[in-house]
Amino acid sequence: MGKNDKVKSLKGLLSFPVILGGGFVCLLIISGLFAPHISPVSPNTQILEFRNKQPGFTGNVIYFRYRKYLPVQSVAVHSYTKTEIGVHYTDFIEREFFLPNEKLEKEWINSFTFFLGSDQFGRDVFSRIIYGARISLAVGVCASTLSMLIGVLLGGIAGYFGRHIETLIMRVTDIMFGFPVLLFLIAITAIFEPSLMVVFIAIGLVTWPGIARLVRGQVLSVKTQEYVLAARTMGMNSGRVLWRHIFPNCLSPVIVTYTLGVGSAILTEASLSFLGLGAQPPTPSWGSMISLGKDFIRTAPWISIAPGVAIAMTVLGFNLIGDSLRDYFDPKMESSK
Amino acid sequence: MGKFIFNRVLQAVPVIVGVLFISFMLMVVLPGDPVLSMVGERYDENTVEIMREKLNMNKPLMVRMGIFMGDVLSGDLGHSFITGRPVIEEILDKFPNTFILAVGAMTVAVLIGVSLGMGTSLVPGSWIDKTIMVLSLAGISAPVFWTGLVFVLIFGVYLGWLPPTGYGGLEFLILPAFTLGLRSAAQITRLTRSAMLDTLSQDYIRTAQSKQLPWWKVLVKHALPNSLIPVLTVIGTDFGSYLSGAVLTESIFGWPGVGRLALESILKRDFPVIQGTVLFMALMFICVNLVVDILYGIIDPRIRAESSA
Repeated sequence: MGKNDKVKSLKGLLSFPVILGGGFVCLLIISGLFAPHISPVSPNTQILEFRNKQPGFTGNVIYFRYRKYLPVQSVAVHSYTKTEIGVHYTDFIEREFFLPNEKLEKEWINSFTFFLGSDQFGRDVFSRIIYGARISLAVGVCASTLSMLIGVLLGGIAGYFGRHIETLIMRVTDIMFGFPVLLFLIAITAIFEPSLMVVFIAIGLVTWPGIARLVRGQVLSVKTQEYVLAARTMGMNSGRVLWRHIFPNCLSPVIVTYTLGVGSAILTEASLSFLGLGAQPPTPSWGSMISLGKDFIRTAPWISIAPGVAIAMTVLGFNLIGDSLRDYFDPKMESSK
Repeated sequence: MGKFIFNRVLQAVPVIVGVLFISFMLMVVLPGDPVLSMVGERYDENTVEIMREKLNMNKPLMVRMGIFMGDVLSGDLGHSFITGRPVIEEILDKFPNTFILAVGAMTVAVLIGVSLGMGTSLVPGSWIDKTIMVLSLAGISAPVFWTGLVFVLIFGVYLGWLPPTGYGGLEFLILPAFTLGLRSAAQITRLTRSAMLDTLSQDYIRTAQSKQLPWWKVLVKHALPNSLIPVLTVIGTDFGSYLSGAVLTESIFGWPGVGRLALESILKRDFPVIQGTVLFMALMFICVNLVVDILYGIIDPRIRAESSA
């Protein structure tokens, strides 16, 4: 392969699906990293005056105290006029009130805009989705990294050393494949107190057999190559041969599986959180947001629609990239183009 | 042929033993003492001892495992903490519903998937093809519990064509079946398309075409059957996972199947039912996969040859 070919094939990777998928994934990463700067309010701020408000809703809240040592009170206003002596305001059922200046707080008015509406606790759905990106990203990356580490290690050992250890490892993967994944995860998370930590460890522990099988197959085909034999004849020890010669040649399918794995781990975390077995309230996980909103699907559908779109976009992003990488790495597909 | 089937069944045995072992361990590693949770707060030591004796809790682990395996083999999965009914009865009560839903979902998936896949393979590269490919990937990416809610919202609430949730006649089946089958439909579309593209470039298709057979005959008699072999695997594994309980879909639509039973037992901490459903679903999954593997071997002689070699 000449230098020119390499450049051309790299260009081939930059197709529409990759750009679209890359865009979605970048969006996820940016929202995750800069969540506090992007989101208008904190994900758990409850503005109880504005519950189940539709997307695009803007409203004002006035803060005041009746007496100096009484707690701050707040009221949502429909419209208001500020005069020198105080504030005249109309509430949402058309009643008019007057608040004198001395009762108003220092920062007496605050305006809230809900781009994607608010949920039944008056929390901003948009902010929760932005913060939810953190959770999805963290769980997706951690879980599939864990699964990849276990899978590559065990698959590599099985493929390289063969014999009894291979039989043992492959039997274990067979048994793991015997369980439906989601069911296995549900059972594990049911045993422990549900939390995000349990979820990501469980996903990692349940999904490695796929990678192990893949790596084993790859190692089996690479290990009979002449350069491996040469390295061994030169007296390299097994670890070094595995790391320097076999592992790099197994890398591309592992990268593809890893990318797809991040997407499916995000989907799995959302499913578990939806069932109440993952992130616990008030953590803004996309899955639990959908689950919270499902009781309000008739009156406030945006509460569960918006996070679902976020999940679908994110997972689609990883799938698009993974699929394109697979086409890119697979020489058979290349030649048929 | 007989040898092939025998080998396949033999391969499943260690898997089944492993599954039994894991479901047994589920109960062992559970935090808390199941006996104490059964007797409640005001108990006397004697009752606890009797219960322990009855449940064999005071025997060594290996003995308990032996007893557990024996019980399972004789079809005894214990009794529910809450209803007191045998777990196996609870499961068999719910299983027909799960089966109906699985068949419905698979029908939807195969009908949509094969026709879209075949259609797009005839016009590769066109905008229809590209749109359907992106849509199918979106179908794989969207969470099933969310598409379910969207379906409920559109067809149940806004249009009012179908009942949003519940269980009853055929009209109750449509939404859950579409929700559950959508993901497989997307996968089958993609697989059928790529397999058809592969097949259509084969020599025997060219031969058939040059014999001046009508195009639909080439398609239906020569191309399609050969393309459907890889699709069968997806159908098989997905059907297996549907039968082992579509936990998410069943819980959204209030469908009284095994998946919902499992979820409810988890929320109520009804441990024998959790264990029983997990075991039942896993065994179901293994059996369906076994049957698919065997069918696959019957249809495709290459696989038979490979595995006996």
